[in-house]
Amino acid sequence: MTEKYNMPDDRGHFGNYGGIFVAETLIPPIQELNEAYQRYLKDPEFIAELSADLKHYVGRPSPLYHAQRWSKHLGGAQVYLKREDLNHTGAHKVNNTVGQALLAKRMGKTRIIAETGAGQHGVATATVAARLGLECVVYMGSVDVARQSLNVYRMKLLGATVVSVESGSKTLKDALNEALRDWVTNVDNTFYIIGTVAGPHPYPAMVRDFQTVIGHEAKQQCLEATGRLPDALVACVGGGSNAIGLFHPFIDDTSVALYGVEAAGDGIETGRHSAPLSAGKPGVLHGNRTYLMSDEDGEIIETHSISAGLDYPGVGPEHAWLKDSGRANYVSITDTEAMAGFHALTKMEGIIPALESSHALAYTMKLAPTMKQDDIIIVNLSGRGDKDMHTIAQREGIAL
Amino acid sequence: MSRLAATFEALHKSGRKALIPFITTGDPNPDFTLPLMHAMVAAGVDVIELGIPFSDPMADGPVIQRASERALAHKMSLRRVLVLATEFRKTNQQTPIVLMGYVNPIEIFGYENFANAAKLADVDGILTVDLPPEEASEYGSLLKARGIDPIFLLAPNSTDERIKKMDALGSGYLYYVSLKGVTGAGHLNIADVEAKLQQIRANTRLPVAIGFGVKDAAMAKTIADIGDGAVIGSALISKIEANLNDLDTAKHEIIALLTAMRHAMDA
Repeated sequence: MTEKYNMPDDRGHFGNYGGIFVAETLIPPIQELNEAYQRYLKDPEFIAELSADLKHYVGRPSPLYHAQRWSKHLGGAQVYLKREDLNHTGAHKVNNTVGQALLAKRMGKTRIIAETGAGQHGVATATVAARLGLECVVYMGSVDVARQSLNVYRMKLLGATVVSVESGSKTLKDALNEALRDWVTNVDNTFYIIGTVAGPHPYPAMVRDFQTVIGHEAKQQCLEATGRLPDALVACVGGGSNAIGLFHPFIDDTSVALYGVEAAGDGIETGRHSAPLSAGKPGVLHGNRTYLMSDEDGEIIETHSISAGLDYPGVGPEHAWLKDSGRANYVSITDTEAMAGFHALTKMEGIIPALESSHALAYTMKLAPTMKQDDIIIVNLSGRGDKDMHTIAQREGIAL
Repeated sequence: MSRLAATFEALHKSGRKALIPFITTGDPNPDFTLPLMHAMVAAGVDVIELGIPFSDPMADGPVIQRASERALAHKMSLRRVLVLATEFRKTNQQTPIVLMGYVNPIEIFGYENFANAAKLADVDGILTVDLPPEEASEYGSLLKARGIDPIFLLAPNSTDERIKKMDALGSGYLYYVSLKGVTGAGHLNIADVEAKLQQIRANTRLPVAIGFGVKDAAMAKTIADIGDGAVIGSALISKIEANLNDLDTAKHEIIALLTAMRHAMDA
């Protein structure tokens, strides 16, 4: 790459991907949002307030931890963990909700809506809404409401209204549909906080920009700790916000290999997975063109993953671009492999990871042994595993 | 002149307005749609909007969402919608058909393949809900080159600039979404619709059909008087949903409502 990476273009396109594919009523609020985002991103006062919130409320910078025991066990590259699990609310999601909530406040919006799958983004949104005294409505598929009841209760404690969505497959994609329907109905006073790098422009770029704090910190911390850049970055990809947050500041550093890890569920060959980059094809959903899981008639296919946070048929359009351009590699990890990653980190390092992040850990178990002992891998430990205790116990036949 | 342009011109000359029903193709089953289309024509409708069922209908309210789910349960698809349109044309060469749906089925079909197939099926217009003009220029040209009208939506918050854009890219008619919300939503504010139509008229000479929230004959007349036509969707589909075990009654109630609307609009 000779030119500095500078995606998307001013219409939100990452090559053939991204863009604005929404019904007409949403065009004016999207334009309003884009103008506000462009303005405040360059506003020193906004940046200062965001930085202060990230430091004092979220608890940044998150540590870059050298997992020495696990590295030695794997017998290859040195593995460093970017500890997003230590953020307030327990995942990287809050980096973005803090940013978008400040934007909502600046724009004079009094009502916040969000979609959520596992509930992490819903909790992170309810958290910032509570702090700013804004009304908050979170849409969640009824299937997810049932399997993530703890997060539903957390959101309610924080003062949010959780709406259980009964349409379609009753999971994350349907929650997103319902949030879009709410937004189109309440455009005048409502700010829609999308939780991942998907949706119509400017969301993929804006959410990425709020998440790049992960990569910027990691780069500086790696240089301080080792005196050089890492050789590889590994992150799980559902919508892809934690991955793009880590990858983006390294895109022009072509010596750094990028690995995005999708959820292979029961295995790509079974069709029961959530891996559009590995096994899907380009299409249009939720406001952007990207790799999607849809059938030969263009209907969206139901997805499967042990991890509710990766259970989504699309992926951020920038990942689609990074895949086609060859800059990033996209691989996949099954439910069973993810469980092995989960147990490995828990036992070797005393850190209980989220099931989403366990996909990145499981791929690291394959990658590290193929590399030299002075090579460096940074893995994004995007969230902590407390929320997954019931899922894991159930899978392993243990009654809590 | 396209079939849609001719239809609106003839209506205009006779001082009448277009009655435009929307039904989801294949709801509640694939056999129900074709006889219903012919019956609606007999009841005096001017244009038929055929919904292409989609798994993720983001702009639709619960009534049309469930219609999509019922149709998809019978494996209704874009391909089969085109087959059904072809069947309809065998005995009706006059009534314009507009396909209305979301972009992904068309994207997966392939834009040029779809434009060719739609031409072959003798479809008259295509309304793609989540394809705004910014993303639609090539697709719009493909349709227009085949004599098919690309129909665009206008909303209560559309600016002069955007209305001009739709006027330039669209043809046949423009579809004014009369309220901020999803299909079948609550109450229309007539004064707001009147004011908006003045703004729209100032920026386009295309006919304007008005929809979202038209529920009964009185409302259809009021709305049609303001624009060039009224679109009725959820109110019709509700009749299907209320009579899933007695589809003859469903069809009868749909025709009765459309007949009442026709009379009110022509009075």
